[in-house]
Amino acid sequence: MSEADKFELISQEMLDAIGKKSSPTKLEVDKLQIRLFARAVGHTDPIYYDEEEAKKAGFRSLPCPPGYLGTPIFDPSKAAAAAAGPAARGGPQPKKPLNRVLNGGTVIEYFDDICAGDTLTSQSYLADVVESPSASLGLLLISTNKTEYTNQDGKVVAVTTGTSIRY
Amino acid sequence: MAATWDEVTEGMEIPTLKKNCSTQQLVVWAAGSGDFYQIHYDKEFAQNNKLKDIIVHGALKNAFLGQLLHDWVGRNGRIKSFGCSYRAMDYPNEDILCRGIVTKKYEADGQKLVDLEIWTENPQGQKTTPGTATVAFR
Repeated sequence: MSEADKFELISQEMLDAIGKKSSPTKLEVDKLQIRLFARAVGHTDPIYYDEEEAKKAGFRSLPCPPGYLGTPIFDPSKAAAAAAGPAARGGPQPKKPLNRVLNGGTVIEYFDDICAGDTLTSQSYLADVVESPSASLGLLLISTNKTEYTNQDGKVVAVTTGTSIRY
Repeated sequence: MAATWDEVTEGMEIPTLKKNCSTQQLVVWAAGSGDFYQIHYDKEFAQNNKLKDIIVHGALKNAFLGQLLHDWVGRNGRIKSFGCSYRAMDYPNEDILCRGIVTKKYEADGQKLVDLEIWTENPQGQKTTPGTATVAFR
């Protein structure tokens, strides 16, 4: 009898993945994306748009607005899988296919400034996985994922903790 | 005006940031964040996923709370951590009030720190995105 037998959705593959770090992903922090991100949020502080203003405020270049942690380099060979939905995005899969996903929550901890021109390396791991019944969406699979972001100087500059809900 | 360490008191409410997303803003956010999931801009797709309408991205509401904090501390501080849970959905063309209350003011490791409860609120007064934050003042 495996540890996963008591679950309807959680597979042994998922339980085995807890705590195991993914291969690193390279992320670029660039001015264009910082401006677009800040504009999408509705930021009015010029430090997110004007490099001189950012420098006056003590930053090396445009700083990351809260929530922006660089952009992964687009890989066309993986684009179809990314567009196909969460089940096709890889990683350990539940016992039953769950193709719908909601973002349950996010926490970001910062340990230093992150500015345009920086290159970050992120590594993620599954920290926890649970099942929870819901009134309208059926049995939910709730995963907690942590991601560490290391800059070009080898310093961990941010850690995110995210919750995803699949149904 | 940005807040200063001296004027911060436990229990004080910080200035509210009011948002109201157009569908266009959600599309700009999709490009800005790289989240192109269709439940945020394709109504039919959203309804086929058991949702009543397209919904505001959770990460956008989180970023709104980041702006709430950033605009409050201005040049006088930095965000150390912030985050929220996505408890209920928000929809385009409805007010989203971003609010915060100071829960603790303290010094630790030589830093002047303030903890806050933060949240977004829908027109019914429901906290759709409750969370917490810590900011460091100069």
